[in-house]
Amino acid sequence: MIEIFVRSIFIDNMIFAYFLGMCSYLAVSKNVKTSFGLGVAVTFVLVVTVPVNYLIDNYLLKKGALSWLSASLGGLDMSFLSLIVFIAVVAAIVQLLEMVIEKYAPALYNSLGIFLPLIAVNCAILGASLFMQERNFPNVAHALAYASGSGIGWLLAIVAFAAIRERLRYSQIPKPLQGLGISCIITGLMGLGFMAFLGM
Amino acid sequence: MNIKKYLGPLSKDNPILVQVLGVCSALAVTAQLKPAIVMAISVTAVAALGNLIISLLRNTIPPRIRIIVQLIIVAALVILTDQILQAWFYDISKMLSVFVGLIITNCILMGRIEAFALGNKPIPSFFDGLFNGLGYGLVLAVVGFVRELLASGSVWNHKIIPDSFYAHGYMNNGLVSLPPMALILIGLLVWIQRSGSKTEKI
Repeated sequence: MIEIFVRSIFIDNMIFAYFLGMCSYLAVSKNVKTSFGLGVAVTFVLVVTVPVNYLIDNYLLKKGALSWLSASLGGLDMSFLSLIVFIAVVAAIVQLLEMVIEKYAPALYNSLGIFLPLIAVNCAILGASLFMQERNFPNVAHALAYASGSGIGWLLAIVAFAAIRERLRYSQIPKPLQGLGISCIITGLMGLGFMAFLGM
Repeated sequence: MNIKKYLGPLSKDNPILVQVLGVCSALAVTAQLKPAIVMAISVTAVAALGNLIISLLRNTIPPRIRIIVQLIIVAALVILTDQILQAWFYDISKMLSVFVGLIITNCILMGRIEAFALGNKPIPSFFDGLFNGLGYGLVLAVVGFVRELLASGSVWNHKIIPDSFYAHGYMNNGLVSLPPMALILIGLLVWIQRSGSKTEKI
């Protein structure tokens, strides 16, 4: 389980290995503080949604998953529904979290506020759920370890990238390369750096 | 109908290079040309149909819950695409793995639905989705082509670079098939595209 956790932070890093969540990664990495906020929010949502989706997948959707309800439903395979169910769960949980945080932690809400609704369509969240489904984790604790690892990996990547971008303001870059171009190239180079963990 | 207006996404308003939408999935599926093209076709189909359906429904969707409605419609279309791919192109669907599902959260779809389909008539929305999908596909095809050529010396699984090159010491660059190189390629494409057309930086 620790292996899954470490692996998902460094080797299977959401951004450097799968490019998930690139849109908000590129858009919100202008300074370290906001990107840290977004990273925390993403980790939070991942830790909640992936285990929930794991339970739904294993006890409702998979082939034979409904056999705990009655034997006649044992042969039912509803895994084609998983996409729509996963995205609905993500959207619902994000909405719920938004309301809960607004009520009980207004300070946190003010700092995360604008990011929370954005997270519903962040590829990293849905991607983690789909990878969780593909990898067939033996129990919900493994799914939880995977989710927290991916979230921390994403946080690490966006904060590191934001720190580089803050420095970038003082360097001279060819005009057409500014903005998106240089961001992509930097992320690529960071990804190459992270590949060093492959030998671990 | 002014056709020129819709051609923008192919280059000047390219969803990936200029609007910065849908970068997420653009990179992971481009190690070879074939999955890149299949992905491009899937996204184009979903974008065009999604735009069309949302545009037909645009006056009946309450604005408060529109995000969920959009997600559900797009998810239904993606499930259809996924099932079709699994039925007829099983090996490619295995290669694309989770990225078919991730079309749902592809920012091109939500971005175009929010920006265009909610405020326009069905037919123009359909074409807007279609051409944005094609613009996305164009970038995917270019990146897929370059990566497959450099990484394995072939295009669409056919050997292109002749054996005599290898005999003289030419080597495949395996690095290009690794994920980080896709990002660097996109970065270079952005550079080329922006030095050609004068657009503001994002």
